[in-house]
Amino acid sequence: MLSIRDLHARIGDRKILKGLDLEIRAGEVHAIMGPNGSGKSTLASVLAGREGYEVTQGSVEYLGMDLLAMEPEDRARAGVFLAFQYPVEIPGVNNAYLLKAALNAVRRQRGETELDAFEFLAMVRDKMKLMQMDESFLNRGVNEGFSGGEKKRNEILQMAVLEPKLALLDETDSGLDIDALRVVAAGVNSLRAPDRSIVLVTHYQRLLDYIEPDRVHVLSDGRILRSGDKSLAFELEKRGYDWVRQEARVA
Amino acid sequence: MSVPQHDLDALVAQKYRHGFVTDIESDTLPPGLDEDVIRLVSRKKGEPQFMLDWRLRAYRHWLTMHEPDWAHLRSAPIDYQAISYYSAPKKQDGPKSLDEVDPKLLATYEKLGVPLHERARLAGVAVDAVFDSVSVATTFKDKLAKAGVIFCPFSDAVRDHPALVEQYLGSVVPYTDNFFATLNSAVFTDGSFVYVPKGVRCPMELSTYFRINAANTGQFERTLIIADEGSYVSYLEGCTAPMRDENQLHAAVVELVAQADAQIKYSTVQNWYPGDENGIGGIYNFVTKRGDCRGPRSRISWTQVETGSAITWKYPSCVLTGDDSVGEFYSVALANHYQQADTGTKMIHVGRNTRSTIVSKGISAGHGQNTYRGLVKILPSAEGARNHTQCDSLLMGDSCGAHTFPYMEIRNPGAVVEHEATTSKIADDQLFYCRSRGISEEDAVNMIVNGFCKAVFKELPMEFAVEAQNLLSVSLEGAVG
Repeated sequence: MLSIRDLHARIGDRKILKGLDLEIRAGEVHAIMGPNGSGKSTLASVLAGREGYEVTQGSVEYLGMDLLAMEPEDRARAGVFLAFQYPVEIPGVNNAYLLKAALNAVRRQRGETELDAFEFLAMVRDKMKLMQMDESFLNRGVNEGFSGGEKKRNEILQMAVLEPKLALLDETDSGLDIDALRVVAAGVNSLRAPDRSIVLVTHYQRLLDYIEPDRVHVLSDGRILRSGDKSLAFELEKRGYDWVRQEARVA
Repeated sequence: MSVPQHDLDALVAQKYRHGFVTDIESDTLPPGLDEDVIRLVSRKKGEPQFMLDWRLRAYRHWLTMHEPDWAHLRSAPIDYQAISYYSAPKKQDGPKSLDEVDPKLLATYEKLGVPLHERARLAGVAVDAVFDSVSVATTFKDKLAKAGVIFCPFSDAVRDHPALVEQYLGSVVPYTDNFFATLNSAVFTDGSFVYVPKGVRCPMELSTYFRINAANTGQFERTLIIADEGSYVSYLEGCTAPMRDENQLHAAVVELVAQADAQIKYSTVQNWYPGDENGIGGIYNFVTKRGDCRGPRSRISWTQVETGSAITWKYPSCVLTGDDSVGEFYSVALANHYQQADTGTKMIHVGRNTRSTIVSKGISAGHGQNTYRGLVKILPSAEGARNHTQCDSLLMGDSCGAHTFPYMEIRNPGAVVEHEATTSKIADDQLFYCRSRGISEEDAVNMIVNGFCKAVFKELPMEFAVEAQNLLSVSLEGAVG
């Protein structure tokens, strides 16, 4: 599904990713953990194509395509989805309108017919129930006046509607109370599928209590220092990130 | 209102669509202005003496005035002797029916998307078509007459309803008002006249479609709308012009009078030729629009979408004379390339418990300069007056400008006046968010701009709202990327 080799990226003069390697197979859930400033969000941004990041070295292959050569909208249409750490407000643009335009852009790419308003509503209503969202969300401006939890739920709703092949969840757990975390996690779990890979970028282990990863990676100073199964996350919770860094230094 | 799905790609790929010239024989006066020209125009139109006298008073007053220079605009000086003050398609001596209208003119309006054949109209909108200096066709006159509504070219009103014209003309915008309004009073050639009698709800939307065709002419139209007690009328105007390298002057005057319990809704979609991307050519749109809420509980709403013109300089205003009267102003103004817009409104609160709402959305792109200028004036008599103003500016790119000049004159301590203003850029964040959902950059820009303008678009009649969205996406072509 996704293979990242020796990825180097910077913002301006600041080097952030310094030789990152990562292999993700279809159907897997990977957690990328690490201290603040380790490059977690940069990785998610580079994969989604956000401007302002310069890739200086390395390659990213997604389903046999050179992902880094693609425009952000083409990546999305090819099945890459980024759930934003800070979802953006777009005042006056109807939530349903954005979602329908996005879905139809993706469907066109897949060679499927576009949904009309009725088909779209029927589909989106189902998904909203899953996310325990009120229908009034559809007619509000995109993220306009949403609480932190509502914004995060809205991101997962978009993911559920767009049915991506590769979902990057950037600190989706941050700012959520425990109830909202459960809802978001249940939404993500329901989207686990053999042909879909999910990358959870997170600071804390607690998200992994609800979404069980196949692999856990520790990112520090722009590189993956250690990879393992979910037990690694527990160890991190107990011993902190310094432990990994020290071990890496010794090695 | 939900936003219909359009083929925005196709729209964005278009340039100014209305830039063609109709090859039609015109009766055009040579350039220049003096009293003889005014007498000639008046005679050509068969006007009564009071009209000519009024024009001449205006002209003599105009000679004592100077062009104002306070607006945040730069423009080449206008040579008023180089303009022709009258141009009319030949063979149009008052067509009695559409069958008598020159087929070339009908074809022109068809091309502009304004079919004049009544049978061709689905929505039941009555249209007055003004071509250069004269009105060439008015539709649905009979149906309106049955309801008692007068909707006709201004020239006809001067001849057929002189008492109404004499009573109301200049009662909102006097001929001494300002340089351009005074010039208009002296030389105006046509426009639309509407009278809605007591208690009548006008059975359809009324609209006037203004078209400048001839070169080196100015268009000076005058519109007068009177809504008598308890009546209602919704009126729309649309404007286009050919693409020409020289600037052309459009100096119109619109007067609205709302008597007790009457309501007037006035909507404009202004798409005069804006000049090219280097700022060559385009219309100077210097317009005076004012409504008088004369009777208690009357209401006047101005809604405008200003996408065209090289320079737009206009402040549709409300004088809230009657107690409990309401004035509203909803505006979207776009300045792209080298366009300049200095627009806003004046809300003059005279009566008790008068209320006004101002919502202004300015969009600047390219080298465009967009200025909101507004006055809220609360007189001592306006006990309990309230105003809410919201001015938002959206910047696209870094060579454009947005300026806001809100003036407030509050002379009654009980008044409640609120002003909110924001300036934002189309944030890279917003664009990236849309693109990361599979939406192309151009569609994303259109979506964000339309969202920004939503509060204004929802005030427009449905078919105009769609037109306005289309216009915006065409006018923003190449603004990003």
